[in-house]
Amino acid sequence: MAVETEGAVPSTPEGAQIEDEARIAAAAGEIPRARARAQEHGIGRGVREGLLAAFVALAMLAPLVGLQTDEDINNKLILKTRWPLLALIVIVVAVVRFLMITVLAPRRAARKEAKASGRAAAATPSGLRRFFVPFAIAALFAYPPVVLALSGIQGSLKWVDNFGIQILIYVMLAWGLNVVVGFAGLLDLGYVAFYAVGAYSYALLAIHFHLSFWVLLPLAGIFSATWGIILGFPVLRLRGDYLAIVTLAFGEIIRLILLNWRSLTNGGFGITSIPKVTFFGIPFDASQNGFAHLFHLPLSSAYYKIFLYYLILLLALLTAVVTTRLRRLPIGRAWESLREDEIACRSLGINTTNTKLTAFAIGAMFGGFAGSFFSARQGYISPESFTFIESALIIAIVVLGGMGSMIGIAVAAAVMLGGIEMLRELTVLKAVFGPDFEPTQYRMLIFGLAMVIIMLWRPRGLVGSRTPTIFLLQRKSISADMVREGHG
Amino acid sequence: MADVRSADSNAADTVVAVDHLTMRFGGLVAINDVSFAARRGEITALIGPNGAGKTTVFNCVTGFYKPTEGMITMRQRGGREFLLERMPDYIISAKAKVARTFQNIRLFGGMTVLENLLVAQHNVLMRASGMSVLGLLGARSFREAEKAAVEKARSWLEEIRLVDRADDPAADLPYGAQRRLEVARAMCTNPELLCLDEPAAGLNPRESAELNELLLRIRDHHSTSVLLIEHDMSVVMEISDHVVVLEYGIKIADGTAQQVRNDPKVIAAYLGVEDEEVETVEKRIETETAQ
Repeated sequence: MAVETEGAVPSTPEGAQIEDEARIAAAAGEIPRARARAQEHGIGRGVREGLLAAFVALAMLAPLVGLQTDEDINNKLILKTRWPLLALIVIVVAVVRFLMITVLAPRRAARKEAKASGRAAAATPSGLRRFFVPFAIAALFAYPPVVLALSGIQGSLKWVDNFGIQILIYVMLAWGLNVVVGFAGLLDLGYVAFYAVGAYSYALLAIHFHLSFWVLLPLAGIFSATWGIILGFPVLRLRGDYLAIVTLAFGEIIRLILLNWRSLTNGGFGITSIPKVTFFGIPFDASQNGFAHLFHLPLSSAYYKIFLYYLILLLALLTAVVTTRLRRLPIGRAWESLREDEIACRSLGINTTNTKLTAFAIGAMFGGFAGSFFSARQGYISPESFTFIESALIIAIVVLGGMGSMIGIAVAAAVMLGGIEMLRELTVLKAVFGPDFEPTQYRMLIFGLAMVIIMLWRPRGLVGSRTPTIFLLQRKSISADMVREGHG
Repeated sequence: MADVRSADSNAADTVVAVDHLTMRFGGLVAINDVSFAARRGEITALIGPNGAGKTTVFNCVTGFYKPTEGMITMRQRGGREFLLERMPDYIISAKAKVARTFQNIRLFGGMTVLENLLVAQHNVLMRASGMSVLGLLGARSFREAEKAAVEKARSWLEEIRLVDRADDPAADLPYGAQRRLEVARAMCTNPELLCLDEPAAGLNPRESAELNELLLRIRDHHSTSVLLIEHDMSVVMEISDHVVVLEYGIKIADGTAQQVRNDPKVIAAYLGVEDEEVETVEKRIETETAQ
């Protein structure tokens, strides 16, 4: 590079000119030079940083990991040492830090540079996404038969119910909340309230009025949407933190009403024996008219679960289709422009009140659909199921997935909930940490760790870029640093 | 006061009349009994030193502030009249057909240039989409309306020479292009009165000259009257048909660019006067106002 020649040039007037040029070239090439320096000292710096990390880990973990208090046979407190484990952890820390400096950091710098130089080229969406969606939907439809074939009727129960249905409910909820948080940019921390309204609407109306699921599903949606508007009105003027606090309070109010209005909701005991969904009038039971009998199948709850799986899959797909279509309509663009700049929106004649209320109502409606499905699937609901942690989980899925991105949110839901369920399956961990190790006890820890890592790796979620709703010449995706997150 | 009365007498020409407008923020009087009229088919400039209350007048006209006292009448081409001080901001844009831009650009940065122009046509498209129901079902009438909206956006993009940037995010545009886009976006709402808050701020002389041409085209070919706040005197003197000067919330001059330029009060407001001359200038101003 030109920098090396700088010192060698004689300082004659001619040389001074060359020196100037060299300086300009060096200034222009500032970034490559910095990178060269980093590479030059890469190994040395890696060793230094690795040792430093090892020292910090040693200082921190020596009392925490190295020493363990225990009781002996006489119930006396004794001190045990675990030096080999401590040494292992410290070495792992040092190696990871060393690799981060020597391998990961240069690669990241190179990627950043490539991105800066060819932003437009990098911004064009890949064909992968177009291919990914139909493939994923086909895989979701094929999932129950494959599981059934692999693990038998009883074995499939867990996979279809705990993994399939559970995850799809959250995918649907997160897609519904995405309308409010992702599109309109209104942080709603009480979304679970609408889920609760849907669930209790179905449970109470089905028990007292013997209405079928197919009548109550739209009704639950309408009730929830109404509550969405009722919540929407008082919070129209609020923004950011204040909006978050009020929606949070709203979620708690609904839960406390459900808990205390005992004559209607049976309070904390919850509502039991909620009617199941029927397959176009055919019940899933042992009777003569039951599903198993009619189709000459062995009696098993697996068929009901598989039916529920397809039902929630279709409901989730309905949510996806409706919300993606709405996004491309004027109302969707109004939501997004509201997120970008509310004052500019009003200057263009957009009624921001109605726009916000429709976002709340539509988000709530899908929450209500999911709620009525949840209550039909569980057969039992209580206010316990609608605590703040549920709202937080749904918000976390939306944020981790990338606000506004349907695919990102679906993947985030699968990773977060599937990951938690998967921990139960990891018997390998027992072999490592001993037979007493119960991985599920650590799930919240791992959950939090995963969230921190994803946020560090991708601050705007798994899919941070925004796809334009319409294009004139060429569809380009918009990088996340342009898109605003809304007023809260 | 004489000017206002003369504007009232040929009321057919007036597009917006501001009468006895006063705006107080607590104890601060931002505008004090200001009256002026902007005529149809003209570019009216609102000038004055910093803090004179220009933007406050704008915010009152476009409904972002509710004035403490006074009346603002918008008269549309068909003869319909709207009392702007009584209407919420978004209805002023939607019904009274008054569009505005902002001193610090307020584009939808994360949306593409084309999307920005389509958001401006929200009300038309919303009606065409049957409040989203027809649009959700993919009705043909909506698709055609959307196509027409895209065509309109394209014609504006040609006007501001940004067709090839149509699919880029608005925040990615250079500053001058963002200013032009904001004007085009306001024009996409089909306004009869376009209010521009310092459209030339931060533009270089070439961009500023281009903006002048754009504003003249808007006045002549799109039959839209323009009300603008500007500090750049080259813009004000070249294109405005009518200039209103404010100082400390009070109107100190009103007339053509030439008249205003030679007004001693305006010169005093902009350049100040020597300490020794204060009394003589004040006296002269007094005698002139007495006449």
